[in-house]
Amino acid sequence: MASCAIKMENVTKRFGKVVANDHINLELREGEILSLLGENGSGKTTLMNQLSGIYYPDEGQIYVHDKPVTISSPKDAFDNGIGMIHQHFKLVDVFTATENIVLGLDGEGKFDLKAAGEKIRTICEKYGFDIRPEQKIYDMSVSQKQTVEIVKVLFRGADILILDEPTAVLTPQETDKLFDIMRAMKKDGKSLIIITHKLHEVLDVSDRVAVLRKGEYIGDVMTKDANQQSLTDMMVGHSVTLNIDRPMPKDPKPRLELKNLTVYDELGVKRLDDVSFTVMGGEILGVAGVAGSGQKELLESIAGLYPVRSGEIVFHNPQSGKSENLVGKDPLDIKRAGVGMAFVPEDRLGMGLVGSMGMTGNMLLRSYRKGTGLFVDRKQPEKLANSIWKDLEVVTPSTAFPVRRMSGGNVQKVLVGREIAQEPAVLMSAYAVRGLDINTSYTIYNLLTAEKMKGVAVIYVGEDLDVLLELCDRLVVLCGGQVSGVVDARTITKEEVGLLMTQHRKEGA
Amino acid sequence: MTIVQLLTLINSAIAFGTVIMLGAIGEILIEKAGNLNLGIPGIMYLGGIGGMIAAFFYELHGGASPVVGLILSFVCSMLFAALGGLIYAFLTITLRANQNVTGLTLTIFGGGVANFFGASLNTLAGGVGQISVPVTSSAYIAYTPLGYMGTFGKLFFAHGFMAYLAIALAIAMRYFLNRTRTGLNLRAVGENPGTADAAGINVTAYKYLAIIVGAAIAGLGGLFYTMDYIKGTWANDGTIEGLGWLAVALVIFATWKPLNAIWGSYLFGFVYWAYLYIPGLSRRSLELFKMLPYVITLVVLIIVSLRKKRENQPPASLGLSYFREER
Repeated sequence: MASCAIKMENVTKRFGKVVANDHINLELREGEILSLLGENGSGKTTLMNQLSGIYYPDEGQIYVHDKPVTISSPKDAFDNGIGMIHQHFKLVDVFTATENIVLGLDGEGKFDLKAAGEKIRTICEKYGFDIRPEQKIYDMSVSQKQTVEIVKVLFRGADILILDEPTAVLTPQETDKLFDIMRAMKKDGKSLIIITHKLHEVLDVSDRVAVLRKGEYIGDVMTKDANQQSLTDMMVGHSVTLNIDRPMPKDPKPRLELKNLTVYDELGVKRLDDVSFTVMGGEILGVAGVAGSGQKELLESIAGLYPVRSGEIVFHNPQSGKSENLVGKDPLDIKRAGVGMAFVPEDRLGMGLVGSMGMTGNMLLRSYRKGTGLFVDRKQPEKLANSIWKDLEVVTPSTAFPVRRMSGGNVQKVLVGREIAQEPAVLMSAYAVRGLDINTSYTIYNLLTAEKMKGVAVIYVGEDLDVLLELCDRLVVLCGGQVSGVVDARTITKEEVGLLMTQHRKEGA
Repeated sequence: MTIVQLLTLINSAIAFGTVIMLGAIGEILIEKAGNLNLGIPGIMYLGGIGGMIAAFFYELHGGASPVVGLILSFVCSMLFAALGGLIYAFLTITLRANQNVTGLTLTIFGGGVANFFGASLNTLAGGVGQISVPVTSSAYIAYTPLGYMGTFGKLFFAHGFMAYLAIALAIAMRYFLNRTRTGLNLRAVGENPGTADAAGINVTAYKYLAIIVGAAIAGLGGLFYTMDYIKGTWANDGTIEGLGWLAVALVIFATWKPLNAIWGSYLFGFVYWAYLYIPGLSRRSLELFKMLPYVITLVVLIIVSLRKKRENQPPASLGLSYFREER
């Protein structure tokens, strides 16, 4: 057996009750590129953070070059020659490349930025990096910033490099260039781990693939023996029966029609690209996709919180029968137009609730405009808070107890309870069960299904494919801001959805 | 305006400028570590009264050596100011209190403490007239014979040693921030503490040290004011506080660069005292002139914002408490 650059034995990491890594055995062989593959939340980054010294494993042993080591800080990681390039760059904008690279180094003797700059230049020439040591970070492109991060770990003498989703921010050309660099480093005897969930990249750059699923190590396969299908099968696994009650939709009618919706973020990056689909009243429409494929932008565009560049969002009012375009309206306009829109955002305590207020105060946020005269009506919200407290079994000492100090599940119950009490025509939820235990999750699923049976159009953005396939009637699959498929959740398989999640729509199709 | 008048004006400007330059250099060090310390006026008060107390008791007990008085008051001044800085550091770093509120509180606290002790010293001295420490003060005011050499000497050499110390400190501060490893690390803490932390820099230690040392330097501004500017006396008026705010304004004016603080402080002093030499000013318009330093700070702020040069912006995480990200 070839010797190992890194060997992790029975590494386990828990966050509270959640087991992020469950007895994982992972090997990185000398001089290879290993892909670490897994869905969101499968524990890839957590595992790698234990190599880079950000987390310390609860159990297990790590070996570097076949020697047992203890890595309890980023410095320990450097000392063992391990360097991690994080997804979010850790750079000081107003510093030059050199200043960022030498930052925090003890170094002996005189502080000599020029000499450091020369050393950096040699590294750059060796691997063909296109950065100048004296260039300021704010003048750099995203790809150049990433290069600085790579040089930073090389400068510290790392021979094991971990790249956490390095291609997420790169254009295809920049990605190719990065892969060339990775191959050059491999040729130079370095060992690399790349985290990604883009299958074609895995097949392109790596020698071997290791797969994690829900915190467990599933297995590894040589890249030359793998294809997209076999990797997807390993990644998503076999479907688990959840037994969520899913009645057939009653008399579904179009409620919300999205036509060629395109949005850009403030940096001018396209976040939604020509998105069209219809949401029916009386159904749960699931939105699937790897994180950051445009889910957040989609919901916020519908809610009137995100600027829409082009396209239409047409609402068909079930009461009056009228249709109305929602693009260009802010949430208040939408409410005034008589559109019952409820939104359970991903960021519960940021966008959803006010953490320092109690349940009553948070109910008031939705109703304070209703009061007559100068004073707000506190009685109705108090009544609503009390009924949510009882009906949804929220654990809190009183309706005045700050929601910030409740557990995640209870916070979510308060938020969902309030939104449902609006008697909405459209109910949107983003990652509604993230961080919740199984019982609370089922409470939320049942609430959503009950809304569906009342004829509400429910949009459910989720990350767990098993749940999406069991809960929803139809699925919209997003990939890179485009709709890569609208499918029937009752008949499609998990593997098919997995493939859609990673496949860009063919041009012109 | 005659040459003599101009010379007097420039000398007043330099004396005035030295007070706020010292305050500003201390504040630059603190702000570079990412802490906005609005307690500078209070810290300058503490520095002033600290030096005063030491000198007063030294002279009360018959001390007659100007040099000993100088050393005692100098050390005591820095100690008092550093203690003020420590309070601020503990509240904002360890307890993560709001920096603006803590700073303003410190200003009120410093002024209160200083004036309390100022009045107490007055009582000790017999309660009549103004207290003074002529022996110690003479060491601060003294200058070399070069100062008597005509216009040139009066311009460049007729100042107490602290005027030169301030310039030396400004230059040293620039060297420290831009040319040393520690300075680089410190700036990283102020710009992006998360990055600094990941690079293995002890953010808390850097912030504490920067604030304490910065406060000690700023306190010297108060010391210079009591010992040199008002010749070793104490007055329970609000002058030090006003000068402290100017020091904070000067940091912005200098765009966080110590060398700019040198000429900036003299410019502030020049425009502040210019009204004395403009004939026919009423009491009302006189006050308008005293506003000039603030007006030019505003103008500089506007110009700097318009030019959007990244190097002239405040440290990116100025005013924010640092939490290590926890999952």
